[in-house]
Amino acid sequence: MTKNNTLTDTVSIALTGSGGAGVVTAGQMLVQAAANAGCYGLMVRSSGPQIRGGESAAYVRLGSDQVDNLGDAFDIMFAVDWLNVERFIAEIPLSENSLVICDAEAGDVPDVITATGAKIAALPLQKTAAETKGGRPNMVGLGILAALIGIADEAVEGTLEKVLGRKGSEAMASSRDCVHAGRELARDISQDGVTLQAQDNDAERWTITGNEMAGLGALRGGVRFVAAYPITPATEVLEWLAPNLAKVGGSLVQAEDELASINMAIGGSFGGIPSLTATSGPGLALMMESFGLALASETPVVIINVMRGGPSTGIPTKSEQSDLNIAVYGMHGDAPHITTAATSVSDCLFTTQWTVHLAEALQCPAIVLTDQSLGQTRAIVNKPADLAFIAKRETMAEGTENYRRYAVTASGVSPMSIPGMADGTYVADGLEHNPRGTPTSQAEDHSDQLDKRQRKLDTYDFGDHWAEILGDGETAIVTWGSCTGPAREACEQAAADGLDVKLISLRLLAPAQTDRFQEAIKGVKRMLVVEQTHSQQFYKYLRAHYDLPDDVKVFNQPGPLPVRPGLVHEQLKSWS
Amino acid sequence: MADTSEAPRLTFRSYKSDYKPVWCPGCGDFSVLNSILKALTELQVKPEDTAIISGIGCSSRIPAYTSVYGFHGVHGRALALASGLKLARPDLTVLATGGDGDGFSIGGNHFMHACRRNVDMTYIVMDNQVYGMTKGQASPTTAPEWEGSKLTPQGTGINPFQPLAIALAAGANFIGRGFAADQNGVAKLITEGVRHPGFSFIQVLSPCVTFRPEQRDWRDIVRPAPVEPTSNLSTAGKRLMGDDGFNTGVLFIGNRPSYVAESGGGTDLAEIEKSFAL
Ligand SMILES: Cc1ncc(C[n+]2csc(CCOP(=O)(O)OP(=O)(O)O)c2C)c(N)n1
Ligand code: SF4
Repeated sequence: MTKNNTLTDTVSIALTGSGGAGVVTAGQMLVQAAANAGCYGLMVRSSGPQIRGGESAAYVRLGSDQVDNLGDAFDIMFAVDWLNVERFIAEIPLSENSLVICDAEAGDVPDVITATGAKIAALPLQKTAAETKGGRPNMVGLGILAALIGIADEAVEGTLEKVLGRKGSEAMASSRDCVHAGRELARDISQDGVTLQAQDNDAERWTITGNEMAGLGALRGGVRFVAAYPITPATEVLEWLAPNLAKVGGSLVQAEDELASINMAIGGSFGGIPSLTATSGPGLALMMESFGLALASETPVVIINVMRGGPSTGIPTKSEQSDLNIAVYGMHGDAPHITTAATSVSDCLFTTQWTVHLAEALQCPAIVLTDQSLGQTRAIVNKPADLAFIAKRETMAEGTENYRRYAVTASGVSPMSIPGMADGTYVADGLEHNPRGTPTSQAEDHSDQLDKRQRKLDTYDFGDHWAEILGDGETAIVTWGSCTGPAREACEQAAADGLDVKLISLRLLAPAQTDRFQEAIKGVKRMLVVEQTHSQQFYKYLRAHYDLPDDVKVFNQPGPLPVRPGLVHEQLKSWS
Repeated sequence: MADTSEAPRLTFRSYKSDYKPVWCPGCGDFSVLNSILKALTELQVKPEDTAIISGIGCSSRIPAYTSVYGFHGVHGRALALASGLKLARPDLTVLATGGDGDGFSIGGNHFMHACRRNVDMTYIVMDNQVYGMTKGQASPTTAPEWEGSKLTPQGTGINPFQPLAIALAAGANFIGRGFAADQNGVAKLITEGVRHPGFSFIQVLSPCVTFRPEQRDWRDIVRPAPVEPTSNLSTAGKRLMGDDGFNTGVLFIGNRPSYVAESGGGTDLAEIEKSFAL
């Protein structure tokens, strides 16, 4: 292994190029080819400011086991050209152990690259591609990379077939020739420790993004009505749901804005249909007033919020965890509700499905937080198991007399009547109300209903899913969301130094699980908090709800750069 | 609408709740409430298969005074909530109600898009050219020279919104105007609006006796429109742009099909999941 990858058996490759260079296609094919060889991997795409086209980059990490995050540095960088490469270079850590493959005719290697000390292999990429009719340097690159990391020809062939099969035999033939020519070019270069071991893998595997996972989680959970307003990076959740909801008998409507989409979802849910919408920061901000309506009227609804850089329009295409505050505290009034967070691409399914289940069971609105780095990453994963979580709402018993929608119950959950049920008519209201639903401004009614809405969350048993807990030790990392992958890898790096680190990643942010958290950190003397925000939102959240050990360090970094395992490891090292 | 052939006939009282409205004595909204109840009685829809959705304002209090399902939501979003309900539950009869502030100011965007979307439901706006609930500020339909509000003591100086013309341009499929005191006339408009497919918009001139007492005089001004309803867009456009806001009756009847959300069904989720397999 090179020093770039402490996680055993992974290889990290960055592909960059100007618009039309096809590096994203090549990256996708590389991941697919690795999958054909029985391996796993993921690809994160990064693009420039252009709406369409423009320079882009694909960050690929492959491994013999599931890969959840990017590594510390890239073993190989493949640059079709140098156009605007400085836009990406901060996202592509290189070292003297890295190999940079570029076109011999693309001009001088930029200083930012040579300064890293990486080995440079300038090869005739364009020239080789031009020798084939319709040939493209990205496919030459695919051949070079496949050869370097030891992916057999059949695995690449299968991918070409799958991706280009539809484009006809000419495109197939020229790509195949380029790949073979690339393999020839690769004979002259080498890179240590990047061999990907082919696996005999009979696990059922999927190629899927976090956004698709979230959409599927919604469907599996029983969501059958969705209202949508597009926003980067959440749009794919909605675009995946549109045709697939209809296939299972549900429906999706495109709303005029997020004020409408959240209200449409509330309307659908009032009609008894589990309902959802997906958005990102700016849209979430617009939805907040009506999210409170869902809460006060006890109408379940789920918002999937795929976080991007904020505030305001921020950095739409890049990840950040800075919507934590609005998701947990964003409503006016005393507003107990559910906020969950997915911990990996795969977990977008689990967390969404679980959250739909919780929202329906508790008749409470819920926010699922994912982020751009989970949502738009395509990964090879094992098919997620079927979960028992489905939407199940407690409804009014038939023959109920003198129905009271907001009856004060021991659990706080009151049986809900659904339009169509005789004897159950009521008016759902965002005005404070008495058990019948009549608006009231009396202190007693207010405190009864506040208590009831709080009690629903306080008495519910959220089980073990509130957090993912790994390992043991007097040192702990507490983190959440997409920082979980890098934090887990940092724990492995620390273990190699002989330091045992316990990892606690919270999946349930609200309601806070005080007893469970205190139990989980029993014996923990030092705590490292890891988050991707500028203002330490997660750390402050932890301080507000939990007793933390005296020795606490915070590693917080705003987007758009990903939290790298090695940076977290550095923090741990200073303790060991 | 549900088949009620065997059920006993529902009466006006079957649609009325026992709550006493919070409105000022003499408020036009009392009459509109009666008209809605009359229309429901005429339509014979079951209370449990009917929902009235509203926002915030004096007029938005209506759902609680009926015995059907209701949602008293947030200010301005009644149409969005009602659209979601109707799209998710096409079997229900859905009405939305509210004021001119709720519908044309804070909810103006939803108004336009509800007309455009043409979901099969009926929207009744009690237009009193003022924000009643917040104690008398100018609304989008207030005349520019009205000086009765502390917030705009010189008058707003801006042109009033033309709800019917905008509804027409945006694509509403049924447009009518009534005067609150004409309870039977308004009830008839609502009945026709509910029966007509697509989005039906009914503006009811409903005096706010507290902040616009001069609106009591509307009774002397309103008149049935001197022409037959039209389904011709340009004829309707000319009439609506030309009228003084006091012609009542059905003013436009369109023939666009209602929008329904696409929903085929019949596919197993496992089948869908196969698309993710390597
Ligand atoms: C978001 C928000 N902004 C402001 C208000 C205050 N508010 C309540 S009702 C209302 C206007 C009501 O006027 P209209 O819709 O014309 O109804 P009316 O009371 O005249 O029947 C306003 C501004 C609110 N409830 N919510
Ligand atoms: S303030 Fe005006 S609109 Fe409101 S109840 Fe009184 S009269 Fe009616």
